[in-house]
Amino acid sequence: MMELFLSSVFEQNLALSFFLGLCTFLAVSRKVETAFGLGIALICVQALSVPVNHLIFQTLLAEGAWVWAGLPEVDLSFLKLLSFIGVIAAMVQILELVLERYAPPLHRALGIFLPLVTVNCAILGGSLFMVERSYTFQESVVYGLGSGIGWALAIIALAAIRERLKYSDIPEGLRGLGAAFFITGLMSLGFVAFASGGAP
Amino acid sequence: MAKALGHVTGPLIKGNPVTLHILGICSALAVTTSVATALTMSAALTVVLILSSAAISSIRRHIPASIRLIVQITIIASLVIVMDMFLQAFAFEMSKRLSIFVGLIVTNCLVLGRAEGFARQNPVWPSTLDALGNGLGYSLILLVVGTIREILGAGSFLGHEILPLVENGGWFQPLRLMLLAPSAFFILGFIVWIIRCLRPEQVEEPEFRVVGLEEERRP
Repeated sequence: MMELFLSSVFEQNLALSFFLGLCTFLAVSRKVETAFGLGIALICVQALSVPVNHLIFQTLLAEGAWVWAGLPEVDLSFLKLLSFIGVIAAMVQILELVLERYAPPLHRALGIFLPLVTVNCAILGGSLFMVERSYTFQESVVYGLGSGIGWALAIIALAAIRERLKYSDIPEGLRGLGAAFFITGLMSLGFVAFASGGAP
Repeated sequence: MAKALGHVTGPLIKGNPVTLHILGICSALAVTTSVATALTMSAALTVVLILSSAAISSIRRHIPASIRLIVQITIIASLVIVMDMFLQAFAFEMSKRLSIFVGLIVTNCLVLGRAEGFARQNPVWPSTLDALGNGLGYSLILLVVGTIREILGAGSFLGHEILPLVENGGWFQPLRLMLLAPSAFFILGFIVWIIRCLRPEQVEEPEFRVVGLEEERRP
């Protein structure tokens, strides 16, 4: 379990080795503060949506899930994309309501980021990986939490580096997006090192 | 006609969705380890993009504004499911190699971005052309990145050996780094840099100017 957790945080970092959620990753990483907010929001949603999607997939969609109803041939797994997106969108809405009711300061801080998280490929990607690698329920809980933390770690680190680079004199064509790509590449190089050999 | 052509050629380099608008890079990088996967992915995305733009644009007057996102996502997701099943039926090996990335076309910002930004307000024909242009722009970047990574990483192009490898008695030692994730970021960074050198109007304004530096530069 610990191994799965560490590998989902470092070795198989969603942003840096699978390129998931990069659109938001590059767009919302100008300031550490906002990156932190988005990171926390993503951890919450990811840690909840992967296990929930696991339950839904196993009880409703997977092949043989309808045996008890006398329908052993029914295989609804082609519906997984649609239902996962529905679950994620609903999840985000519920999380927003709950936070607004019980933790208003946190809601104010995360408010604008939660809707952004819905269309983040890291979330959907996490759920799809969970299906493809056929994790058990416990594994999916660990994987959801780990991959969320990994993504948050990456975006906060990138934002911190970009903040430091604000005052540096970067060549014109490289300013902004270009520099962000190179920094991400360098960070990703560091994370590759985790995968090959020197695991933490 | 010139205007129609503009919809197609505009997004190729000048308004390229990947390098200018940062749309859809999630999948653009992951599938570019070889040209074959990049080609399949581009074709899949372009088809989904064209069909979804046409569908959304043709029912644009009937979608209530408050639920338009759900409607758009449902249309896109249905198209992606069809595409995924098509690939599994006719190119099973390829669909295994692309793993989850075909499914992730659903959340590809490019598809939703074109639906929301163009198809929602324009008639069917221009939306289709716009989708085609953006699909081609995306494919172009994927192909360039895929070609560089495959030639330098494995010495081949579409599986044919171009640079003779050391292990086959040639001279070329493949760069394993090219097959790893970081190289994709670097190559895309270079592409952005080149495009912005050629088209200086795309250069981003610096957030801060250091006063001394500017004065130094002026003679």
